[in-house]
Amino acid sequence: MNIKKQFVEGLTTNNPVLVQQIGMCATMAITTTLFNGVGMGLSVLIILTCCNVVVSAIRKIIPDEIRLAIFVVVIAGFVTIVDLLLQAFIPALSAALGVFIPLIVVNCIIIGRAEAFCQKNPLGPCFFDGIFQGLGYTCVLILMCVFREFTGSGRFGGGLIDISNGFRFTLDGTGAGIQIFPSEYGASIMNLPFGGFITLGLLLAVMQYALKKSAKKKELAERAAAEAAALAEKEADE
Amino acid sequence: MLTSIISISLGAILTNNFIFSQFLGCCPFLGCSSKVDTATGMGLAVVFVMGLASAICWVIDTYILVPLGLAFLETLAFILVIAALVQFVEMFLKKSVPSLYSALGIYLPLITTNCAVLGVVLLNVQNTYNFLESVVYGVTGGIGFMLAIVLFASVRERIQFSDYPECFEGFSICLVSAGLVALAFMGFSGMKIV
Repeated sequence: MNIKKQFVEGLTTNNPVLVQQIGMCATMAITTTLFNGVGMGLSVLIILTCCNVVVSAIRKIIPDEIRLAIFVVVIAGFVTIVDLLLQAFIPALSAALGVFIPLIVVNCIIIGRAEAFCQKNPLGPCFFDGIFQGLGYTCVLILMCVFREFTGSGRFGGGLIDISNGFRFTLDGTGAGIQIFPSEYGASIMNLPFGGFITLGLLLAVMQYALKKSAKKKELAERAAAEAAALAEKEADE
Repeated sequence: MLTSIISISLGAILTNNFIFSQFLGCCPFLGCSSKVDTATGMGLAVVFVMGLASAICWVIDTYILVPLGLAFLETLAFILVIAALVQFVEMFLKKSVPSLYSALGIYLPLITTNCAVLGVVLLNVQNTYNFLESVVYGVTGGIGFMLAIVLFASVRERIQFSDYPECFEGFSICLVSAGLVALAFMGFSGMKIV
């Protein structure tokens, strides 16, 4: 039950990017192809989960005054591990993301979760928190990539999907993606920094609209339930 | 030598602005840009720390990490250096230049998690800049950041009085207008020193 709640929180009601509004630099910078988006999202997911578990495990023995420094060292350690692994096994991703992989160290999502959640919670919930928050982050990246790639160059799944020889996933970033309309008709401005700002801005607006609407719906339902209860009480009295 | 320094500065301030074309330092950019004075304070603090961090990290990288074959620890070493540096600068300013300290106020500790600072240090290594180039890149990168954040703060002060859809409230409308400012900065992208 609790896991389900964490799942919903990570993906929607407490999504790191759309609701907590942290970790936006990389979100806007690297979402130009689906390959980058999925790669970055999964890297953050792995690092976040590892850091959550470690921080939660050592939460009782670290002195309060220097906790931030310790968090940063833990995070930097895992980031270095992931960075080196990517350089060794998926060099195309490492080259595409460039400086943004080491910059995960200062990504507010990870230090934010360590500070806000893992300091106070036991191992199990922290592990799932890492996975679901990471998934929420990955979903946002994928949404942005799909939108920007489609509007910018009329393509879907650049780098990750190849259909020239039957449908297959390319993990080395060479896939050309699925061309939906010729790329010269795309608004290439969406591939530039401008597109990143605008897409995230619109996505935030949509999210706020949806959250507000669902809050209103809940309020109406609650009010109706309260009225029904009052009515039932009255009838019982009579 | 001079041309390379001029082209680095021009790139860092205008054509490859840290915020509008590299997306480094967006969190403080959005968080501290609601008023022009706070934006100026943040910008000054960033210029200062980025210049210092570039210099110190270059020395540490060239004379300690690389000779010992520890280049893979760069990220870890740099973030620790930056955190310590920020802390040290804060103490130093508090003691000896209290006026500047009170002007920068809470922005100093926030800089530790500013990805522009770690970004500039990592980019210095990636671009194999020498000491002078690193420092110039750090300082001018900071100036670019300051230019962007001050310009954007004045845009935001005007947004407050304009009428926009309710669901765009908060960061959303900021991001959209930041996109438009980024579009304006694209006008510089053809500039080059030959």
